[in-house]
Amino acid sequence: MFGLNSKDTRLLLIVAALCLFAPFLLNPFPEGSELAQFNAGYPDLMQRFVIFGIFAIGFNILFGLTGYLSFGHAAFLGVGSYSAVWMFKLLGYNVLPGIVLSVIVAGLFSLLIGFISLRRSGIYFSILTLAFAQMSFAMAYSVLTPITNGETGLQVYTDDPQFLMGANSPNVPHLFGLQMNATYKMELGAWLFQFNAGYYLCAIIMLVMFYLAVRIFRSPFGIMLRAVKTNQNRMNFTGLNSRPYTLAAFVISGMYAGLAGGLMASMDPLAGAERMQWTASGEVVLMTILGGAGTLIGPVLGAGFIKYFENIFSKINDSVLHGWFAFLPDGLEDFVVAILHPFVGKGWHLTLGILFMLVVIFLPGGLIEGGQRVARLFRRKKQTPDGKDPEHHPKPAPHVAE
Amino acid sequence: MAILEVKDVGKRFGGLQALGDVNLSVAENTCHAIIGPNGAGKSTLLNCLIGKLIPDTGSVMFDGKSVLGRKPHEINQMGISRVFQTPEIFGDLTVLENMMIPIFAERDGAFALNPLKMADKQADVIERAEAMLEDMNMADKRHMHAAAMSRGDKRRLEIGMCLSQQPRLLLLDEPTAGMARADTNNTIDLLKQIKDERDITIAIIEHDMHVVFSLADRITVLAQGTPLVEDTPDKIKGHPKVREAYLGESA
Ligand SMILES: Nc1ncnc2c1ncn2[C@@H]1O[C@H](COP(=O)(O)OP(=O)(O)O)[C@@H](O)[C@H]1O
Ligand SMILES: [Mg+2]
Repeated sequence: MFGLNSKDTRLLLIVAALCLFAPFLLNPFPEGSELAQFNAGYPDLMQRFVIFGIFAIGFNILFGLTGYLSFGHAAFLGVGSYSAVWMFKLLGYNVLPGIVLSVIVAGLFSLLIGFISLRRSGIYFSILTLAFAQMSFAMAYSVLTPITNGETGLQVYTDDPQFLMGANSPNVPHLFGLQMNATYKMELGAWLFQFNAGYYLCAIIMLVMFYLAVRIFRSPFGIMLRAVKTNQNRMNFTGLNSRPYTLAAFVISGMYAGLAGGLMASMDPLAGAERMQWTASGEVVLMTILGGAGTLIGPVLGAGFIKYFENIFSKINDSVLHGWFAFLPDGLEDFVVAILHPFVGKGWHLTLGILFMLVVIFLPGGLIEGGQRVARLFRRKKQTPDGKDPEHHPKPAPHVAE
Repeated sequence: MAILEVKDVGKRFGGLQALGDVNLSVAENTCHAIIGPNGAGKSTLLNCLIGKLIPDTGSVMFDGKSVLGRKPHEINQMGISRVFQTPEIFGDLTVLENMMIPIFAERDGAFALNPLKMADKQADVIERAEAMLEDMNMADKRHMHAAAMSRGDKRRLEIGMCLSQQPRLLLLDEPTAGMARADTNNTIDLLKQIKDERDITIAIIEHDMHVVFSLADRITVLAQGTPLVEDTPDKIKGHPKVREAYLGESA
């Protein structure tokens, strides 16, 4: 379907189904129950899942395919957000112009930064991108205040021109009248499911971007990007100029980042400089590696995983823990809570860090490799003992060690 | 007519004069062998031809045009392909993908932005790649990861990749080193066949005298960065200076 082979089509359909039914899948626990705090099916978080999914899919086109590790992609995300908010200020709250402009501006910005940074490879490339992103962050905070509104962050004020706003246009981001914050709530017994317009817009866009990424992976261009990663020398001595290939990959992934930034602003019409900080750039690196760099769906999984931790694990505080372990004798209860305390609430970074290390050490191919190993285990059990797996190729070298 | 003209090429590495005043002229559609002891500067000479190194002095003309100052991919697009001393292939890619890349390079040029085409629908490229794999006797390995193959297979793949570009000048750096006797003979047959069937000029560096004397029309002996003699294989065999400097040493 859509020019994809059956395996890729299946993957695309699975992702589409997951997106469509996410409000159900992410809310498996009844409202008011002990476990309800593990529910992730509220609009805010679901939007973040797919938006960061887009960010990671794009990042993976650069890092996963060419092996060039950029530490500055948050700059493109930030630029995208600023562009979108400017469109809201100038034209009005329809999100379409903002999203389009965020992609264009991020594309131009990444063309400039990529052109300079790609003169170097390896660690020097990473450092150059990091330097550019930090520079953008610092400038957004200070000298660019007229454009970025500095520390306050860029937002829409009532006296902004908003030339295209009609008399009865909604006063919140909308797509031709469909408000992004519109949510249909469905109560089924003890369960509450929320269907949010903004989420579904982001999810549809993510599906399209995922499809585009699959096409890129399977194109001659995609083969060339993988060739860059495995042997740039051979490539050059084979009559191919690797520089424009890496630059194209850089710009494409920059545009994905800009799109993610534009969508972020469309869900919540605000843009702050902290969106461009190096921690944000590092986060997308973690997402991609955690999920599986160079795999199609891995980065999306990684993005979901990290955002889930950030939003759910961080909410578990000591009183929640005490609630869980109330059945234990008092002394033991305090002891268990004290042990778990550093790993939850504000300590979610610690848990995530440990998980990340475990994955990198034991599953260099990321969560995807974990899934494949489990699947293989099951398949082997079904097969005759001497049955050979024709698809079992030796694994390429891990991406992280490079 | 000479397709490759090397004039007074010199190259220093720090205190080491790797090449000093090398003159070499390779006639079109011949096979020219370069022999000499280890460290004589043979690989360095090839590096100067393909833009991997820039010589300190002298000139290199290919087909009447200077290659100096051109980037490696531009030199390749002029029609020079090289097989390296240690196989240079795309290890993470499948054998078939390896073979498709040079054909894409020939078809689409040094850069093509085609992210929405499907690679598995490029029937012309796949057909040529499969045919070349067939010629190389490795069609059964087409879906293997290239890195997982034996050294001999990697080298054969690399030769195939270079040939699939239909270069005018093929540079081979010890193509049979580390091969078993049978593989070496296969390679000789293959190269002979290429020479007979295609309009191609070959410059080959080789230690195996059996290979050299089976293929070469002319032989240059290089020692310590300078050509000692250049002549036909028959003359070289009996040349006293060569016996002393090279053949004697290796016997
Ligand atoms: N990139 C380099 N840097 C420094 N020295 C080099 C380099 N390449 C080759 N050499 C030196 O130049 C000499 C010739 O090397 P090479 O051309 O590889 O010899 P051959 O291929 O004939 O065995 C050797 O002494 C080698 O150590
Ligand atoms: Mg050598």
